[in-house]
Amino acid sequence: MSATISQRPVPPAAREITTKPRTSDRIFRGVVTGFGMASLAILTLIGLFLALRGFQTFKHEGLHFLTGVKWESVTSDSGKVTTDFGVGAMLIGTVLIACVALVVGVPLSVLSALYLSFYVPERLKKLLVSVVDLMAAFPSILYGLWGFFILMPMVEYWAKLLYKYLRWIPIFDAPQPFFERSPFVAGIVLAIMIIPIVTSVSREIFAQTPLDRVQAAYALGATRWAMIKTVVLPFGSSGIVGGAMLGLGRAFGETVAVFSVLNIVFKVNFHILYGTGGNIASMIILKWGEATGDETKALLAAGFILFVLTLLVNMLANFIVRRTLKSGK
Amino acid sequence: MANTVISPVQPQKPWKATKLELLPTVLILLGTVVATYVFVAVTPMKGKLAYAFIFFVFGTSAISIRNWVKLGRAAAKDALASSIAFTGAAIVFLPVISILWTTIYKGIPGLHWTLFTQSMFTASYSDPVSKGGLLHALVGTLYLIFISIIVSVPMGILTALYLTEIKGRGSKFIQFVVQAMSGVPSVVAGLFIFAALIVSTPIKASAIAGAFALSILMIPTVTRTAQEVLLLVPNDLREAGQALGATQWRTVATIVVPAARNGLITATILGVARIAGETAPLLFTIGGSDNLNWNPFKDYQGALPFYVWKGLLLGTPESIQRAWTGILVLLTLVLILFVLARTLGGRRMKK
Repeated sequence: MSATISQRPVPPAAREITTKPRTSDRIFRGVVTGFGMASLAILTLIGLFLALRGFQTFKHEGLHFLTGVKWESVTSDSGKVTTDFGVGAMLIGTVLIACVALVVGVPLSVLSALYLSFYVPERLKKLLVSVVDLMAAFPSILYGLWGFFILMPMVEYWAKLLYKYLRWIPIFDAPQPFFERSPFVAGIVLAIMIIPIVTSVSREIFAQTPLDRVQAAYALGATRWAMIKTVVLPFGSSGIVGGAMLGLGRAFGETVAVFSVLNIVFKVNFHILYGTGGNIASMIILKWGEATGDETKALLAAGFILFVLTLLVNMLANFIVRRTLKSGK
Repeated sequence: MANTVISPVQPQKPWKATKLELLPTVLILLGTVVATYVFVAVTPMKGKLAYAFIFFVFGTSAISIRNWVKLGRAAAKDALASSIAFTGAAIVFLPVISILWTTIYKGIPGLHWTLFTQSMFTASYSDPVSKGGLLHALVGTLYLIFISIIVSVPMGILTALYLTEIKGRGSKFIQFVVQAMSGVPSVVAGLFIFAALIVSTPIKASAIAGAFALSILMIPTVTRTAQEVLLLVPNDLREAGQALGATQWRTVATIVVPAARNGLITATILGVARIAGETAPLLFTIGGSDNLNWNPFKDYQGALPFYVWKGLLLGTPESIQRAWTGILVLLTLVLILFVLARTLGGRRMKK
């Protein structure tokens, strides 16, 4: 009997028990980490290159680049080129248009997010959510084309109504009754373009509302609206602010659609109905075609300003949204 | 028996409104329509806007008042809120319908079979639509999409793997960076490629330069979708792999990624849908040729959005017709991708 026991096959030497990762894992982790860092590298490079190429402009124009409202490059008879580049008017225009977009777009987005979260019949929900996502996938040039040919005539009519009845409010006044290609039109087009992102962020936030609080409200006899007012909105309000800021970031950076419907003039204009406006991103493509030398550098510098602006807004927005989402868990 | 079907008991819904209870609602609706028509006819207001606005005001107040009388103040407020929410949603969906309808309606007259067999080499944008086509733009867009996939999909998926599998010290920060990157304006992406590549390297304006610019926009989309999909892979699978003695590399390569395969394809498609219609970055990077160019590494290239852009800028009736037809082709492409991503993704995908 003992012989059979001694004949039991000897197991191969046990693998070393260790917490040290194997070579294949080390390579894997290294490669993946490297690619993980790549997005950081790209973001840094974007800032670096635009700042580098625009450096000369920043140095030459100084703070005037941000506050100046002219965009000129004059060659005198002696061949000396004097430049005066400033994005002040465009910066103000960008913010103005984005504000119009937010004022129009955010309430509509929140309403439709509420509708999609709490009111819509279950059968329609999937379809309607898909439609909102589809809106985000529409090419921006399509919005531009549609905005110019279909929306603008309508908005012009609304602008005339606003001008007629609300002229006593300074922003609805206009030096001349010329309402085509105004910041108002551009703002409405942008509002439609930011609706999908604001809606889907709001929906995501509403979905995170703690269920126990929702049920508690209903159990206390709340109507649907009372529940929304006392539970959903207080919980989601900061998230809506974050979503609106994400939309703001989009609105700042939108180019082609705004270009199609806006009359870009280097002049500070606060009258939203009046057909004169500015937008950094659209200005860049407007001036790009004929730009040479110094002007190209100035445009790259303008791109840098736009990049920094959107980056700041986006980071803040993401911070707010993530904090709200976390608080629901 | 196979044939016996246990018929389910129909659930009863005693709270459901009976036909008699629905009657007042229908009456209110009809009454509102009539009242709106009369009101607009009597007052100096006119136009579709007036009808829509008055209908909304009348309808909402009628339902609210009915609820107030029947059920009290809270119910009236509830009815008011729901009709406002409904109206808001309706206003949001109107532009979508209008956009789709306009694109089809305006784009179809320009459809012509030479569209897909000819470039604009011999035709000008102001020629009648039957001359010339957008083959060069289609080829350019396909090149752009193809190269962007080659660049962005590995990068996006590997970044997503870093965020979900490695979970290193920096992963929270990288997550933040990826989100920031998804907010980079498309015009900035184009300017960056111009400043970084076209000015100072042998890579000149061509399909590959355009694809690099588009990749900057595509990587964050792919990363975020891929990350969501990888997070859906149950942890049990990872643990099972490691319990069998597989290294992390083997677990990821043979278990996690195959399990998430469909989702990763969806991520790719969503990324392509994101960039297929981008115009702004191309204005700086591809040159916008009107000729067929089969070489993606050299010489100017055309693209569908660029074709539309040129047609729109020129502004003659023929060129605008070309723009509408171009956008119809582009939108069809985007729609196909979108539906593909939906059906493949199956599960709810957040954007």
